[in-house]
Amino acid sequence: MAGIHIAEVSKVYAGGVKAVNSVSIDITDGEFIVLVGPSGCGKSTLLRMVAGLETISGGQVKIADRVVNNVEPADRDIAMVFQNYALYPHMTVYNNLAYGLKNRGTSKAEIDARVTEAARMLEITQYLDRKPRALSGGQRQRVAMGRAIVRKPAAFLFDEPLSNLDAKLRVSMRGEIKRLQRRLGTTSIYVTHDQLEAMTLADRLVVLNGGRIEQIGRPLEVYHAPASTFVASFIGSPAMNLVKGELHGDKLAIGPAMVVLNGFAPTSGTVTVGVRAEDIRIARADEEALPFRLEYAEELGAQRLIHGTVGDQQITAAVSPEIELAPEMQIAFDASRLHFFSVDTGKRLPGNLPAEAKLAPIEPVV
Amino acid sequence: MVENRPFLTFLTHAFLILGFLVVALPVYVAITASTHDISTLMSGPVPLLPGSHFIENYSTILTSASAAHGLPNYSHMALNSLVMALVITAGKIAISILSAFAIVYFRFPFRQVAFWIIFVTLMLPVEVRIMPTYKIVADLGMLNSWAGLTVPLIASATATFLFRQFFMTVPDELLEAARVDGAGPLKFFRDILLPLSRTNIGALCVILFIYGWVQYLWPLLVTTDPGYYTLMMGMKRMVTVQDGVIEWHLVMAGSVLAMLPPILVVVFMQRLFIRGLTETEK
Repeated sequence: MAGIHIAEVSKVYAGGVKAVNSVSIDITDGEFIVLVGPSGCGKSTLLRMVAGLETISGGQVKIADRVVNNVEPADRDIAMVFQNYALYPHMTVYNNLAYGLKNRGTSKAEIDARVTEAARMLEITQYLDRKPRALSGGQRQRVAMGRAIVRKPAAFLFDEPLSNLDAKLRVSMRGEIKRLQRRLGTTSIYVTHDQLEAMTLADRLVVLNGGRIEQIGRPLEVYHAPASTFVASFIGSPAMNLVKGELHGDKLAIGPAMVVLNGFAPTSGTVTVGVRAEDIRIARADEEALPFRLEYAEELGAQRLIHGTVGDQQITAAVSPEIELAPEMQIAFDASRLHFFSVDTGKRLPGNLPAEAKLAPIEPVV
Repeated sequence: MVENRPFLTFLTHAFLILGFLVVALPVYVAITASTHDISTLMSGPVPLLPGSHFIENYSTILTSASAAHGLPNYSHMALNSLVMALVITAGKIAISILSAFAIVYFRFPFRQVAFWIIFVTLMLPVEVRIMPTYKIVADLGMLNSWAGLTVPLIASATATFLFRQFFMTVPDELLEAARVDGAGPLKFFRDILLPLSRTNIGALCVILFIYGWVQYLWPLLVTTDPGYYTLMMGMKRMVTVQDGVIEWHLVMAGSVLAMLPPILVVVFMQRLFIRGLTETEK
């Protein structure tokens, strides 16, 4: 059990490409951190630097208050779960689990006890004599996790462990990973490009883009108060609507329409306005509304996503499936639900944190 | 391809049988010739039906025939051939799997150059480099020795290349998982790479054993001491008699016997051999 401290870590590849650019994250003992971002954002590189599979170009990685920059992966007291499981194909499940312990000179009895326990926990006891080839994807994934568990490491590192599974299995394995991590209380870093996985698993998420941290925060914080247009568009599905708006005093102009902000305007001039699809509703007859030209609708069952334009800007709204569709519709939203971002930097403009009030601290359910 | 055309089936089988006959006929003739006595063979073309001197010819070649040509015992030459083939096989596999391991998994200066130098030697068979090799072996005083017979044939670009190709298909994550599991380079090699290469090693064993077994030119050059004669050389020497008749019946019996070990190796290692060439265990 240990915290992990990542201080201004950078990775520069030969040829000067900066994959990770001065990233700092403080991870407390037992925390589940998810690194999320599009492909090429440096999340895997960062994880591999913590694991010791990639050299660190700059900065410092500390595991349990020990600087591990030049420590071999095996001596860092970490265990890693790989995307393609990386099970040893010629060894039985039992030997796959036991290999790391054998290399550490653990006694036979101890190995046996730990493997049995891990197998029981992951419900793979009846497969211990099989080769990985004879297992299904989900079972292989469990074995890969078992290999990490038996070591009782200070930290688990997950490198997109679920992306090779089918959608249904992914959801159930996701739950299992979360439960297991809670039960073992082991500090974990989890890399994924799937924002849903990130939201559901994380104690805190770290959104990365272009080798830099865009935002660190609890999932709902990040969802309700994205720090930049990048985070706003990356976290949440469908992505947050981002449109160009003009602030005139207390009024916001989006294309031809005007919205009164009731004191929520953070600044004046041109801004990027963000609004979540579910915060848009069909306007009542007596309120100020934006004219919405419907292009197409997607049925999700519980919701219906309507895609269209306001002026010349794309808007997606999530509405109840009962609402009747028409080529021309009127939509509205509460001014308190708007997010404002700088047009130049994409950063969130202060003074308007609509959802902050709703954020009760979530206690981990043990 | 699942096709049901009787004519095509007939045609393919006809070709197959024809090809088989072309390959098998000389072997068959050799076997028949080894069962006749010398006078039958000298009096005209080789009869196509087996004769009655099978036991006589084979016991002669196994016991006494070679002595008449100043050669060691047949069994002695067979043993020489076997030792030479086995040493070459083992040596080639050991050297090439290690050099492939170095080339694929280690970063060192001129790594690519090293690989290309090995690769280029693929284009130079033993016969091409035989003079310089002979000179080196002679200067090192390795003529008429086991080392002289085997060492120059051990360096193998083909096997190195095959192992390199195989190692490159082994996923990197396996190496990384092993590193996290605390396995150093040699442990990784022994515990993971070697077991994974099992079928490849098996297939190479078959090929290399036969390669070593049929070596003729090199042993002929480096050994003058009859104690080191191999079967291939012995057979050749029995054909080149100064005067008198060539004892074809004995030569044929000897040749048929010399064919047996490679055939046995192929038959018994066939399963491994085919798997090694076609299947990649991942």
